Amino acid sequence: MSRFGNIGHRLYTGEVSFDFVGRRRLWTIISGVILVAAILGLSVRGLNLGIEFKGGQIYTVTKPGVTVAQAQKAANDLTHDSSALVQTANGAKGEQILIQISSAEKIDPTTGQNTLSQSLGLSQNQISTQSLSASWGHDISQKALEGLVVFMVLVTLYLAFAFEWRLALGALVALLHDLVITVGVYALVGFEVTSGTVIGFLTILGYSLYDTVVVFDGLKSATNKLTKQNKLTYSDAANASLNSTLVRSINTSVLALLPVAALLFIGGGLLGAGVLNDISLALFVGLTAGAYSSICVATPMVAWLQEKRPEYIELARKVKQRRAAEAKAAAEGRTLEDDAPQAEVTVPAPTGGPRNQPVNRTRSERRSSGGRR
Amino acid sequence: MASPKSRPRDGYPGRALSLILVIMVALVATMVGTGNIKPRLGIDLAGGTSVTLQATSSDKNAINPANMGIASGIMRDRVNGTGVTEATVQVQGNDEIVVNVPKGTSSTQLATELAQTAKLYFRPVLAEQQQVNAASLPKSSASPSASSSGGAKPSGSASPAASSSGKPKASGSGAAAAPSASKTQGDALSQDLKASSSASAKASASASAHASSSAAAAGTPKAAATPSAVPTTGTVAGQLGGTVPAALQQQFNAIDCTTNAGRLAAQNAANNAHETDQVVSCSTTAGSSGAWTKYALDKVAVDGTSISKAQANLSTQTGQWEVDLSFNSHGSSQFAAITGQLAKNQTPTNEFAIQLDGLVQSSPYVSNAITGGQATISGSFDQASATSLANVLSYGSLPLNFKQLEVVTVSPELGGSQLDAGLIAGLIGLILVVLYSLVYYRGLGLVAVASLLVSAILTWSLMSLLGGAIGFALNLPAVCGAIVAIGITADSFVVYFERVRDELREGATLRPAVRNAWPRARRTILVSDFVSFLAAAVLYFFTVGKVQGFAFTLGLTTLLDVVVVFLFTKPLMTLLARRNFFNSGHPWSGLSPERLGVRNPLRDSRGSRRPVRPTAGKEA
Repeated sequence: MSRFGNIGHRLYTGEVSFDFVGRRRLWTIISGVILVAAILGLSVRGLNLGIEFKGGQIYTVTKPGVTVAQAQKAANDLTHDSSALVQTANGAKGEQILIQISSAEKIDPTTGQNTLSQSLGLSQNQISTQSLSASWGHDISQKALEGLVVFMVLVTLYLAFAFEWRLALGALVALLHDLVITVGVYALVGFEVTSGTVIGFLTILGYSLYDTVVVFDGLKSATNKLTKQNKLTYSDAANASLNSTLVRSINTSVLALLPVAALLFIGGGLLGAGVLNDISLALFVGLTAGAYSSICVATPMVAWLQEKRPEYIELARKVKQRRAAEAKAAAEGRTLEDDAPQAEVTVPAPTGGPRNQPVNRTRSERRSSGGRR
Repeated sequence: MASPKSRPRDGYPGRALSLILVIMVALVATMVGTGNIKPRLGIDLAGGTSVTLQATSSDKNAINPANMGIASGIMRDRVNGTGVTEATVQVQGNDEIVVNVPKGTSSTQLATELAQTAKLYFRPVLAEQQQVNAASLPKSSASPSASSSGGAKPSGSASPAASSSGKPKASGSGAAAAPSASKTQGDALSQDLKASSSASAKASASASAHASSSAAAAGTPKAAATPSAVPTTGTVAGQLGGTVPAALQQQFNAIDCTTNAGRLAAQNAANNAHETDQVVSCSTTAGSSGAWTKYALDKVAVDGTSISKAQANLSTQTGQWEVDLSFNSHGSSQFAAITGQLAKNQTPTNEFAIQLDGLVQSSPYVSNAITGGQATISGSFDQASATSLANVLSYGSLPLNFKQLEVVTVSPELGGSQLDAGLIAGLIGLILVVLYSLVYYRGLGLVAVASLLVSAILTWSLMSLLGGAIGFALNLPAVCGAIVAIGITADSFVVYFERVRDELREGATLRPAVRNAWPRARRTILVSDFVSFLAAAVLYFFTVGKVQGFAFTLGLTTLLDVVVVFLFTKPLMTLLARRNFFNSGHPWSGLSPERLGVRNPLRDSRGSRRPVRPTAGKEA
């Protein structure tokens, strides 16, 4: 724990540092490979759409003692063929049997419920039914897609306003990256897509951006007065900022994943298929991708965009000069005078509020707040 | 806190804490006071049947809130008509109606009925006959009915009348043309009044001979012959034979309007019939005497979609409730023609039946041709029954069809196990988050736990209250949203705590660190919570059903997160920073400078040489 804390401190001070921004090519390759795989999977294999998208009925039998074979037989009697899909799932109160019947069978849900309950010797209210029109899933996805587009437009505008357009663009790319990867994983692994999955996908929106915003917030203040020095390029500052907030990023991601993992465990382990499982699976994949993308995609992308701005090109040139001079000086065995300018941009540079108030302060307070402006 | 000079730099932690305490107490008290101590559970958790219907229409503009409201009102009546209690009917999104029927009544049957397209027709009455279930026959009702059994004397002129719809449109005769309809059958609420008054109204309006026949119930023969609700054939059938087609005659005899099954059969048959078919139909409710009315109806004279407006009004002249009807131009000419024709007939063939979904809602009689497209149906309505009939009529003008999107029945066992799973998952998630917070943040972790607790209390009480206030029902995705929100809430604390630690790493002592960390942490929390809330809000407005429930919970908890961080976590931190345990950097406080790796927490020299960052140099 204390070592953990120490790492946090060393990351903060820059004693330990991972070069996230500089490894842009590596991230591009990794993300590119995953994205290509995801898109390939999506176009070749397609999504395994659940019954909600195809239409049909799901009967859930909760009575213990009914075997799969019995249920399959009863379902076959109902459909007069063997098209029905019979699965078991563990409920919190014993085993459940799910019988899925395609809408192509054109069986009235009432009839289905009656017939099944008779042939399995159950009372009607021991069988839960779910009857879905083929358009249901399509409908809900359609609306979800509309929402997605609106959200992206709004959030891009907001981020462009709160930060600037380059950061907004970076966040948007990271978001799309997460969504495509999540959908791609679904296509590749062949998880069933249900309405719960759609909900999960949509939640990734908020979460992926939450992470990114937290990172960008640090980034913004870290690069606030960057052009006033010549020791750090934008990329260097961005990287330093990422490292100093790395513990926070990891903690937020871990804390976000913990409840989702609990859902997944309960949903997958105890309840079998179901809404809980579907939502949490999509979230789990999406959040993991989101944690990666906010650090390894969004920020490097922003740095890349920023480095194209004249002032940062100029800055990079100055930094290069300075480093060349340093290297030369080192070769000649003398040190360059000081690193005072650097202290001005120590990351993260504080901003805001009460620090500029001319109120009575103790010495230590003044030190922590007054001197930074 | 960026505070004005007069305020203490720490803000007023005590005030904020008391405020949130007051809010919590108030919420919990309201919760207990109104009896909503638990969130309402959705169908998927409590068991029951849920039907989602989607309105479709050739006219896009027809799908509007007003029409959906009327449609859901009709749906409610339909559901309640089947004897189901506690059903909720809600408009969801723009174009969907969700009917939730709680556990106990597992009825996919209901779903099938609800999905049926509601059709409102005006059909001339060819014959009518009252039926009384022997079992439910009150002693008193038998006596008046004994006089005559089903005095339907069909005129034969009804069908020509209907076919002559394109006929002269009474142009000049004024919109105020005599409203002359009265009600013989109608809404359950005031059936007794209507039954009696309709008889008298008829007597006064036209030949007195009608009175007895229209009020007559074929109770006696039936009661004698079939104690257990078997179709009444016999005497009435003979009298109708002349005008009703043979096929209809058989059907007419076969149908027993006194039983649910019989009415349903009649309803289904009527629904499946074409507009040009003659049909047999039942009244939607029984009269006070327990008498149901069975009708033989002609083909459709006026389609309900021709109604442009229907409204319940209190007549200024009679002081009675009545229903005003307006037709569009097509409908008013049709209506003028049919009423002109009907007015010549004798009871009951001077009546037209208002048939909704294959059941006759009301069958007012006509004594004059009603031209000009305005009609008033009067009788002994009270406000409720008039409004109800007006709604039925308005419904006819709704060019909406309903498509069954989803039907779910959940057995109580399944619902219970899903609820348990959700709660267990939530509990495990919470425990994991608490453990992580405590292990990583130690003393600060307790602050996080307390904040989560406050957040949980607020969420629970708000959900319970919203269940009572706006019918918010907690479904499985909503539970899921709440669980996911644990993470979001915890994230805010992480942001704040990490900022405080950053300040400490820079060599600040605790109190200023807590104070100075706040503005930046606040900014980050607000920005990220805003994004999260935006996602929830967009989802809420653009989606429906399950997704909406999820979005609602997520949005609610995000808002509460802001409230909790501002009013609880921050003030609590401020107060705790004054305590020696934290302020001295006790190893278990989670704020010990040594543990944070700050080697020299009390460096001197103003101007703060902060830790040197060799970062750039190292990596370059």
